[in-house]
Amino acid sequence: MLRQVEGSRAVADAVARCRPQVIAAYPISPQTHIVEALSDLVRTGELAPCEYLMVESEFGALSACIGASAAGARAYTATASQGLLFMAEAIPNASGLGLPVVMTVANRAIGAPINIWNDHSDAMSQRDAGWIQLFAESNQEAVDLHVQAFVLAERLSLPVMVCMDGFVLTHAVEEVDVPEQDVVDSLLPPFVPRQVLDPAAPVTIGAMVGPEAFTEVKYLAAVQQLRALEEIPVVAEEFTRATGRTSGGLVSRYRTDDAETVVVAMGSVLGSVKDVVDELREDGVRIGAVTVTCFRPWPTDEVREALAGVERVIVLNRAFSVGSGTMLGQDVRLTLTTRAPSPATVPAPATVVHDVVAGLGGRPVTRDSIRALVAAVLGGEVDPDRLHFLDLDRSLLEGEDLTPAAKDAR
Amino acid sequence: MTTDLKLYQIGTFAAGNRLLDPDERSVQADPGRANAITSGHRACQGCGEALGARFVLDAAIRAAGGDIVTANATGCLEVFSTPYPESAWQLAWVHSLFGNVAAVASGIAAALKAQGREHVRVVAQAGDGGTVDIGLGCLSGMFERNDDVLFVCYDNQGYMNTGVQRSGATPPAARTATTKPVGAEPGNVFGQGKDLPRIAMAHEIPYVATATVADLRDLERKVEKAMSMHGARYLHVLVPCPLGWASASQDTIRLARLATQSGLFPVFEAEHGVVTATTPIRQRVPVEDYLVLQGRFSHLFGEHGRPDVVARIQAGADHNIARYALAPDPEVVPHD
Repeated sequence: MLRQVEGSRAVADAVARCRPQVIAAYPISPQTHIVEALSDLVRTGELAPCEYLMVESEFGALSACIGASAAGARAYTATASQGLLFMAEAIPNASGLGLPVVMTVANRAIGAPINIWNDHSDAMSQRDAGWIQLFAESNQEAVDLHVQAFVLAERLSLPVMVCMDGFVLTHAVEEVDVPEQDVVDSLLPPFVPRQVLDPAAPVTIGAMVGPEAFTEVKYLAAVQQLRALEEIPVVAEEFTRATGRTSGGLVSRYRTDDAETVVVAMGSVLGSVKDVVDELREDGVRIGAVTVTCFRPWPTDEVREALAGVERVIVLNRAFSVGSGTMLGQDVRLTLTTRAPSPATVPAPATVVHDVVAGLGGRPVTRDSIRALVAAVLGGEVDPDRLHFLDLDRSLLEGEDLTPAAKDAR
Repeated sequence: MTTDLKLYQIGTFAAGNRLLDPDERSVQADPGRANAITSGHRACQGCGEALGARFVLDAAIRAAGGDIVTANATGCLEVFSTPYPESAWQLAWVHSLFGNVAAVASGIAAALKAQGREHVRVVAQAGDGGTVDIGLGCLSGMFERNDDVLFVCYDNQGYMNTGVQRSGATPPAARTATTKPVGAEPGNVFGQGKDLPRIAMAHEIPYVATATVADLRDLERKVEKAMSMHGARYLHVLVPCPLGWASASQDTIRLARLATQSGLFPVFEAEHGVVTATTPIRQRVPVEDYLVLQGRFSHLFGEHGRPDVVARIQAGADHNIARYALAPDPEVVPHD
């Protein structure tokens, strides 16, 4: 049923219909509305049986989920930004132990300077932690991805991070359909753990592994994570059959068929990007957009296929690697320069990748800015060998003691 | 057979199990004991922690009718018991991280409650570093929520697993790798460190107790008592460490006993923040008797000894004895 609802509330309802048995929560903006709503649902008994733990930190939150999951319970938590960093030690622990925890990350910048608004620095910082990372483009997709996340997590015995843009999505009120309980139940059977803490059949979980087997354990983890590339489309297809709605998947394309220029991005910025694509298409510009929904594991083949034959790619990044490039941009670049499995999907050898940093710390990425960026790229004004910062306000930089390289970049 | 035997009547703390009614015998005297941590693990000779953990868990398992799961912090106990592909644990056991064992245990307890399996009881185990230092945040959260977990700290007074560095439980003047006996104030400083049993009591949790591996019947009894209760319970067990204390392996029990009989380690129980029982000192000894057996205090003795520092340590013991009324006679038995 469609209803006008805040993104956080819709996600909370979707999570509740996934019947988590343990929720561990610690407040941090902008994920607070999600755990507040879940607290209501547990207190009123609408979500039962479920234990709601108000822990002392995000580190405690994920740790409690680790314990709960090891004891065979479906476990959920949510965080953002500094909270994600505060739980950082537990993040690879959950994946290393193969515990299918689902966590919402309401994407927010990382300080200093402290900033509560949206970008992807938080999730990007944990891209190598062994979790599946899914990025929602809209509130509807955020809702749908949470249902799919629990299915995926438990099928693969891997934790899943559902990333949704802080404020832009979490606090936006729009029409959303939360799948009904029977639909969710049909997609998500009761949790059957791969391994469980049970006095009747005791196991040791979390042993110490030395050089003689550590590489093999990590290799198996890598293989297991790559299995998500097969499972995610399957789950998305099952979801479509159950709801009639297309949501999730690895990568999606928008008007890319004959495109010479393609904008690649993740999250809510795709809404504006697609509007600009439509506008430029009317002007005769052969442009399209590619949404990366699954960032980890990285869908190499699907990205390569989506960008096959494209002359230039503009990667819009909501985060960057200081002193290097960007995370998404480098994955795209690498994908375009490595060998394809079949000649049919070989990209044009001259595909140029423009790595662009945009929308840090909540700065809006407007249609005007995107249009201007595309024009600059097409006009040869953007050097593809340099990281480009969208809408850099140079008046704020006046008088700052910049390095020669930075001055040169001006 | 009589049941009112005085366990102390023969001048030692031991009592022959065969003299007691079966109900009075120790868990370890039972051939059907769980043997939660079995032989073949890699603890050092004379390890107090391995001994303490076996007594604690076997008693807990018996008290819970076998329905126990345990979470373990990173540390010696975790490392020496689970070198893959071996495991010394004969019970359901999970290790996650160093500082989060209390939260992991809380999560397990919450899961069991949600699953309607509350008859399965949760025991969390950590060393003093994982308890008083890096694990304190999660532990305090577990206490204040009164989660149904028995948390056991095996206190060997330092980071022994990483090479004997100072922890917030290292006693004054002790030599560690980060508090060397050099300079004007040799060894660990005075006036620092955390008294975790009292911090636990401040949370007014149902049960707090201290124990040592010198009095294993007392340790078992406290585990049984803790397991008879629900909510957050805390057991602080002194476990001498031959490696970190530079003591003889055969002195582990002796040192634990001297720690209590000198007053340096008060043995007591508290319920809801109030002390309900103390174990009186039977045969009071000067702290020197305890210190002199340990290489970590050797800089206090001999030609360049520091009787002034020993006196400060004695003052700390006297303070404990007064605070918990551990001995009626304030006089210390002279050392000869």
